[in-house]
Amino acid sequence: MMKLPAPRNPMAAYLLTRLRQCVITLILVSVVVFAGIRALPGDPALALAGEERSPEALAAIRAEYGLDDNIVIQYGRFVGHALTGDLGTSSRTGLPVSDAIAEALPVTLELAALSLLFAVVLGIGAGVVAAVRRGRPEEWLANAVALLGLSVPTFWLGIVLVLGFAIAVPVFAASGYVPFGTDPLDNLRRMVLPAVVLGSGLAAVVMRQTRAAMLDSLSADYIRTARAKGLSRREVIGGHALRNSLVTVVTVLGLQLGHLISGAVVTEQIFVLPGFGKLTIDAVFTRDYATLQGVVLCTSAAYILINLLVDVAYSAIDPRIRLGGAAR
Amino acid sequence: MTTAAVATAIRDMRARGTGSAKLKALRTNRLAMTGAVIAAVFVLAALFAPLVAPYDPARPDFDNALSAPGWAHWLGTDDLGRDQLSRVIHGARASMQVGLLAVVLAFLVGVPLGLLAGYYGKVADSAVSRLTDTLLAFPFLVLAVGLAAVLGPSLTNATIAIGIAQTPAVIRITRAETLRLAHADYVAAAVANGGGDGTVLLRHILPNATSALIVQATVGIPSAIIGEAMLSFLGLGVQPPDPSLGVMLSSAQAFLAPAPWMAVFPGLAIVAATLAFNLLGDGLRDVLDPRGGTR
Amino acid sequence: MSTPDAPETPDTTAGVPAGAATAAAVAPDAPVLSVRDLSVSFRSGDRTVHAVDHLSYDLAAGEVLAVVGESGCGKSVAAMAVMGLLPPTAGITGSIRLAGRELAGAGDKELGRVRGKDIAMIFQEPMTSLNPVLTVGRQIGEVLRRHQGLTKKQARARAVELLDLVGIPAPRQRIDEYPHQLSGGMRQRVMIAVAVACDPAVLIADEPTTALDVTVQAGILEVLQSLRERLGTAVVLITHDLGVVADIADRVLVMYAGRPVEQAPVHELFEGPRHPYTRGLLGAVLRPGVVAGRGVAAGPGAVLEPGVAAAPGAALRPAGKRRLPEIPGLVPSLDEQPDACTFAPRCAFADDQCTSGRPGFKAVAADVGADAAHRAACWHPHDVALQRINQEAGQ
Repeated sequence: MMKLPAPRNPMAAYLLTRLRQCVITLILVSVVVFAGIRALPGDPALALAGEERSPEALAAIRAEYGLDDNIVIQYGRFVGHALTGDLGTSSRTGLPVSDAIAEALPVTLELAALSLLFAVVLGIGAGVVAAVRRGRPEEWLANAVALLGLSVPTFWLGIVLVLGFAIAVPVFAASGYVPFGTDPLDNLRRMVLPAVVLGSGLAAVVMRQTRAAMLDSLSADYIRTARAKGLSRREVIGGHALRNSLVTVVTVLGLQLGHLISGAVVTEQIFVLPGFGKLTIDAVFTRDYATLQGVVLCTSAAYILINLLVDVAYSAIDPRIRLGGAAR
Repeated sequence: MTTAAVATAIRDMRARGTGSAKLKALRTNRLAMTGAVIAAVFVLAALFAPLVAPYDPARPDFDNALSAPGWAHWLGTDDLGRDQLSRVIHGARASMQVGLLAVVLAFLVGVPLGLLAGYYGKVADSAVSRLTDTLLAFPFLVLAVGLAAVLGPSLTNATIAIGIAQTPAVIRITRAETLRLAHADYVAAAVANGGGDGTVLLRHILPNATSALIVQATVGIPSAIIGEAMLSFLGLGVQPPDPSLGVMLSSAQAFLAPAPWMAVFPGLAIVAATLAFNLLGDGLRDVLDPRGGTR
Repeated sequence: MSTPDAPETPDTTAGVPAGAATAAAVAPDAPVLSVRDLSVSFRSGDRTVHAVDHLSYDLAAGEVLAVVGESGCGKSVAAMAVMGLLPPTAGITGSIRLAGRELAGAGDKELGRVRGKDIAMIFQEPMTSLNPVLTVGRQIGEVLRRHQGLTKKQARARAVELLDLVGIPAPRQRIDEYPHQLSGGMRQRVMIAVAVACDPAVLIADEPTTALDVTVQAGILEVLQSLRERLGTAVVLITHDLGVVADIADRVLVMYAGRPVEQAPVHELFEGPRHPYTRGLLGAVLRPGVVAGRGVAAGPGAVLEPGVAAAPGAALRPAGKRRLPEIPGLVPSLDEQPDACTFAPRCAFADDQCTSGRPGFKAVAADVGADAAHRAACWHPHDVALQRINQEAGQ
């Protein structure tokens, strides 16, 4: 890539390297997405034409969309448009793909945020308890629930929860979306089950990692120091051991975000939420390739960006990384 | 030189524990053995599905549609009156097929690439690493959905999609093991004794990387089973009327209130299968992976 | 310096198993820390390891007591027991009184009010004993906030003073730094600052200089010295570095295989050791003007003669970084508690008495000018002294 002035701060240098890697990956991703859509069976002009399929109309469409041009030029145009936020027009609705994405995004973001909250609170809480109460029933229970959480597929858990809490005991709603701004209570009533479903697997992973990291931290010398200071159990566990375990937990969260996105696709399908996942699946079944291309590109870009943010988050937690000192 | 290298190799092997000692350690792990037994039941049921299943999984019987579990139909029937137990057994067949084949595919592609990247480094390494990064930039389901869209929905294509999605992990692990082993004394000795690259890779590095790869396989199989069910559930895998646990769940969604058994049993089957492989995997990991990998 | 009992009074400091543990009354000259018949055992499977076996000592206000012995002799375990930092699996018996308050058997909550405030500890590994993700200021401040109820701001101001007190330059900048930004010596100074933050009556220092460079060690010892002078803190210094002992200790307690074997004022111990093990530790090193070597000492003493050459130097100042010399023979396994002298298998003076009865930890008579506070757990303390005198006379 281009040569950048070497910054003095090692942290900045590291971030620059990561940024450069991200840009390369993003370019490769766009190539794959572009090539993948071109590789689809069928003439894209046919898909775009809809009802009117006279040769003249098809030729007009080819000219309009530049489908006769060299593939490299087409790719350049695709990237150029994407960079300005133009992701093409949906063949299903005739509306800009970017509009559909803008509409679906808040739904998925809310779902992701709620399930992340659920996973972090439950996962870290149970992980700490399992580590602190080692060898007691609490640890056994937490481990068993975590193993179950890893083995129960998202969509089945969704169905079971719908059976239990929307059909047998109708506390929550099983489907549909109401924007938070319109009716916050109804919104939450509809979002709780999806969030629990999506967050459960993540909670299990977070719990296992928190437990392992806490067991490590709790046997460290600095915990002995903290106890020798006369700190209370809560301060020793929360202020010292957990603080040190968070680096691991953030790493896991970063690694698991892909699963979260995958899970969102299924969860939205079960609970009929008009988010990103539903948009993707609908696009596949209606052969709405422009939308599919836009959604996949956006999801992957977001995923790459989130992973970069996770790297930045480490340094906020661990001063050894932040200050570029020798990590011991 | 050679003697020393042999001694090192023997010491290394001893440190890793002999095969029979490992097997014994695994045998005494009750959870792992439970997992192994359940997994064996699934594999056998999948292999002999037509012999085991009491009914034809595809034959509708409208007189007995949506009947609750009972003596005639242990797990009840679905909206078309098809026997749920027979469909679960045949569905397990699809699960096992994808679970095993997808992992085999990921290994067939991933292991050579990982060896290449780890052993030759430089250009090979950066090319392979960029490939892994790119594949990893797609969340699993987005990749699978995209591939299913390109290839068309079917069991074979779901297998391919899941296999490709699992490849990056295999590449990374093989690469890391190769990097670690390439510096081991006995590998250096093999190189010094004129062993060609192929000999070194296949006879010295690969056998010593098996522990890590077996552990990865035990993670890969249950995740492929869930992946198949998920894709079939979304309509991107097995196509009805062929039985698959995911397809069964998908059709059960419309009958949740009148026929909850339609949703409960296929789901329990998936949970049992993945739990079995996870338990077995955890046990194997404890025995094989001295570094105590966690997940 | 203090030993509570004159030789003629009932022998409460005796470490004999049957030794009665009379409660020390809180008097003006009472010891700040009084340990009686402390025993610590760990069970592993069907074996029980006796890490500490009937240890007793007193620590007067402002006194520095050095506890020496080979690694594994139980000196660190005893210190951890006093702090209440041993895992719950440890079986602890005996009495630990801090200013008259019983700590043995106290719960974690009760200990939490004492630890860091009245009794503090610094550890051997400054590299790992500080929390890597918290600033130095936070780690000092939290003790102050916990025990003295200071606000964040007050604690910070006090932490700066403490850093200054332990000799860290530019404390105002250092306070916001993280442990990995500090050198080993600086980190140990921070540990000391944490320990003395609440002005404890007793400071336990477990090998505080062992992990540090020689050049840095002197600085740390100086800090400890000056704190003791300025704050009047009594110090239990655990070490196997005899140079450190000679430098700053008032009194020395020697431990062997979990048991106390000799205790004496520092000069007394270096000049007239009464236990053959202590003699072995000191070796020829401390004899003025002599280069130790094989064959210098004739007779039974040869067994204990270290093969290390020592630089000639001042009597109490072993040159350079002196560690305990090697003594031939094996330290007995700690899972048995023989009714005999545990050192007998390695001792040149050993006879039937030594292998058939456990020697009491008794005051040695003042025949060769021994101090009243000098105690040894040996059946033949006078033979040890005599042999030494003869050897010196012979040179």
